[in-house]
Amino acid sequence: MLILPSSVRNNLKDNDVTPESLFYSRRKFIKSAGLLGSALIYSRNSYSSQANSAKFANLAQTHNIKEELTPFHDVTHYNNFYELGTGKADPAANARALQTSPWSIEVTGHCNKPGKLILEDILKPHTYEERIYRFRCVEAWSMVIPWAGFPLSSLLKRFEPTSKAKYVAFETIYDKKNPLPGQKRPTIRWPYREGLRIDEAMHPLTFMATGIYGKPLLNQNGAPLRLVVPWKYGFKSIKSIVKISFTEKQPPTSWNTLASREYGFYSNVNPEVSHPRWSQARERRIGELFKRKTLMFNGYEEQVASLYSGMNLKKYY
Amino acid sequence: MNRTVTRRHYKKAAVFGLLSLPAALLLYALLAQSLGTNPVEKLTHETGKWALICLCLSLAATPLRQLLRWVWLMQYRRMLGLFAFFYACLHLAVYWVFDQSLSFIYLWDDIKDRPYITMGFSAWLILLPLAITSTLAWRKRLGKNWLRLHRLSYAAVLIALLHYIWLIRADYSEVYPFAIAIAVLLGHRLVKQLQHRLYRPTQKA
Repeated sequence: MLILPSSVRNNLKDNDVTPESLFYSRRKFIKSAGLLGSALIYSRNSYSSQANSAKFANLAQTHNIKEELTPFHDVTHYNNFYELGTGKADPAANARALQTSPWSIEVTGHCNKPGKLILEDILKPHTYEERIYRFRCVEAWSMVIPWAGFPLSSLLKRFEPTSKAKYVAFETIYDKKNPLPGQKRPTIRWPYREGLRIDEAMHPLTFMATGIYGKPLLNQNGAPLRLVVPWKYGFKSIKSIVKISFTEKQPPTSWNTLASREYGFYSNVNPEVSHPRWSQARERRIGELFKRKTLMFNGYEEQVASLYSGMNLKKYY
Repeated sequence: MNRTVTRRHYKKAAVFGLLSLPAALLLYALLAQSLGTNPVEKLTHETGKWALICLCLSLAATPLRQLLRWVWLMQYRRMLGLFAFFYACLHLAVYWVFDQSLSFIYLWDDIKDRPYITMGFSAWLILLPLAITSTLAWRKRLGKNWLRLHRLSYAAVLIALLHYIWLIRADYSEVYPFAIAIAVLLGHRLVKQLQHRLYRPTQKA
């Protein structure tokens, strides 16, 4: 895969991106027009690398939900990415501070094929899909986002985790000597860490996103590679990953370390487990004024509930 | 009406206009749909912040009169206090209407379950009788007790600050200016009180 220089990524403006209404209708058209049609349409694209854009276009659609997409501007200008600032608009404003090329990912722990891989080698073998997922923040707001990427399981299997690999831990970029704007203050202990149980990580819904809205992922959304776990609160979906480790014990995770009473390791979306700051019973879908009811496992109960059968979800929140 | 009275009226009208400005701008932004991605959150945060700012300003009148002889500030104290209550009411209303869907049950559950909401609502409850008794008639009726009652504003500002601190997830920097201002305003009163006791010892001592 061709990696765009970060300057090109960062310059992506609203009007470079297909409006969400067209996003759907064009998709239908592409399907009917076939390959030639799609090539013609994408030749309009102002990108120097059309191959890169095409990588995220005309993808197989799996696990999509039929709900209205959250507008591109909101998805890219209302973010929690404390590495780039704690305000919701900070990550977009400070996006340039994040250098995404060159990028490499270290894979360690209980697996047969550990190592340090450059991003190109991480991405190359995968078939891209598009997934339209609900995204539910622990702060009781939610979005509907079209991601592009591949299942996490297909990536993890390449490293051949051993039977000792009970958990997978992730880390976000952190360079002590050259911290990102938000990392200059110890709001949370850097680097940001997240983790999943191995069966959660291998679940078909668990996704590695490299694209959004049919384009490469923007820095404020966690470029070049981020996790998306749609049935958990958003903070579990760690951004800008530089390290993956297979562990035997449950790894420490950032928000859980900061306030364990508020943020559990599992952090599954659960309207019945109250949070000391936000009632999780209802949520505000971005674009709506009033709140709507939050669904168990963010509406993915049918697919994921079996992962937790027999577990007391009030205790393991 | 003599000239000084008219001038005072103009000044008061000007201060009234100035303090109304944030509300007017928010209303305009609401109608122009320029409040951003999460307009309800923006409205909640802004009205809360202005309630706290006005409360701090009203509490600054006395120390500034004593320290800098800014006697004129005293005539705006009531207006500042009432604006604090006005923004606190807007803050509560936005939260009740949009976050709690105008439901008393949701509202009560939230007050009960979430400590920072308990604090916020308590601060509003304290401000309520202070706003009611802010008139000259009530002041006369309550006599000495009026001042005692209105010292509850110290509790209100501290509880409001706690409400603010407890809702922050990790970044406390935005609350520092308020915490410092409130520490100074209440600290000044504490020092005055101690001086008063030291220089005018009671009979027993």
